[in-house]
Amino acid sequence: MSSENSTLVKLNNAGFKQNDKWLVEGVSLTVEKGKIVTLIGPNGSGKSTTAKIALGIYKNIEGSVEKYTNKIGYVPQKISIDWTLPLRVYDFMLLTENIKDEAIDEALTLTGVIHLKNKNLGNLSGGEFQRVLIARAISKKPELLVLDEPVQGVDYTGEIALYELIKRISDTLNCGILLISHDLHTVMTATDHVVCLNGHVCCSGSPMDVAKNNEYKTLFGEQASQILSVYEHKHDHVHSDKGEIKKN
Amino acid sequence: MFDDFFIRALIAGLGIALVTGPLGCFVVWRRLSYFGDTLAHSALLGVTLAYSFELNIALSVFIISSLIALILIQLQKKTNLPGDALLGLLAHSSLAVGLVVIGFLTFIRFDIMGLLFGDILAVTTDDLLIIWTGGAVILLVLKLIWKPLFASTVNYELAEAEGLNPDRAKAIFTILMAAVIAISIKMVGLLLITGMLIIPAAMARNISDSPQKMVLFSIIGGLLSVLLGLFSSLEFNTSSGPSIIMAALVLFILSLLNIKQSIKLKN
Repeated sequence: MSSENSTLVKLNNAGFKQNDKWLVEGVSLTVEKGKIVTLIGPNGSGKSTTAKIALGIYKNIEGSVEKYTNKIGYVPQKISIDWTLPLRVYDFMLLTENIKDEAIDEALTLTGVIHLKNKNLGNLSGGEFQRVLIARAISKKPELLVLDEPVQGVDYTGEIALYELIKRISDTLNCGILLISHDLHTVMTATDHVVCLNGHVCCSGSPMDVAKNNEYKTLFGEQASQILSVYEHKHDHVHSDKGEIKKN
Repeated sequence: MFDDFFIRALIAGLGIALVTGPLGCFVVWRRLSYFGDTLAHSALLGVTLAYSFELNIALSVFIISSLIALILIQLQKKTNLPGDALLGLLAHSSLAVGLVVIGFLTFIRFDIMGLLFGDILAVTTDDLLIIWTGGAVILLVLKLIWKPLFASTVNYELAEAEGLNPDRAKAIFTILMAAVIAISIKMVGLLLITGMLIIPAAMARNISDSPQKMVLFSIIGGLLSVLLGLFSSLEFNTSSGPSIIMAALVLFILSLLNIKQSIKLKN
């Protein structure tokens, strides 16, 4: 099949059960090179679980996962690091792969935290740490990026800049991105494919298709219709915005 | 100038310190000090079996400690008991079994104190060979699994997600722990081996700002502890184990001064 060349990870009817309770079941999705797939859904709907299934962190799963790459960058939702370790930002950047100094500096500059390079990881603020996490994931120049709420705790302007960065990385590295986000606005503007979860896939498709879907509207209620209008409005805005950047 | 036995003890001790330095850092980072204790307690059973069947002590201790580690992993999977309860269960029951077996071995003269606290007189030339070749193998393997082991120490899921196979690294590390206890039991004694792992690493933590520095200072701290400890053991006719651990403690206390200073500098 021609699609197999660009496929990075594929979930076939995948699910995960913990203590006899399904965290998520029946998820099928494909992340391809250069495409952003976003998972949305309420708390406890299985977004992070789906990401962990795709990454192979959960082993005893139902269904199957086909992975076509080992170059993976992961930004987890929750990360607990033990401060008995003396760990600088620099050491953390080298955690899973030996990366050249230039690549480290470049990634830290892109996420705006190059000045923290020799700081102890334990002394960073939540937003700063989040930027370091993103820098670490992109510095490896991965083929697949899995970002679980990557901009939590980041200030509003930083949030927009980081999402733009993520979009740009997907374009320049031609890597596939599996994104989990609560920010429906971002989802609707920057994503190629949306999967709406609620313990199972409740609907999926292009952002527009999902926004118009009735199940999605029930799930997100009032917010959904608002986002739809925001989406249609912002869509133009972002496009003109991007045009300006390209002109510069 | 010095007796042969003392030179042998010195060479043995320095070899052990080179290995316990980096391994001790992981014991501190991964909170495994009680796990180390459990393996060390089970070493008594290993020693008694070595005497009973005329095996090499280090080999016998290594086998028994690895076995206990395996049993622990199985118990963790199959029971709902918390980890520290399982560790206590294994530590004390293997110690008890070891002591009971000693009671049956009336035909052998046992130096219990030497077993518990280390005995520099007991170190033979064969032991030196075991310590240095065993130690070299342990360090080499540790270097090979460093990346996945360290990454999963920082965060298991990141290591797993990015393809480093942390479970395998953890299993290998467990075997390395059993091995380091096996090679150092004669010198430091089974009650104090964990101290040799933890105290120099804890001292190093106080004066390090990166993992590499901590490993380096931990090794230096261990080497100094062995030197100071053995010379004072000779001078005051004390057991080698406690003397080495006390020297390490002195270094740890000195490293606390560094913390106070850096806090002052910050203000």
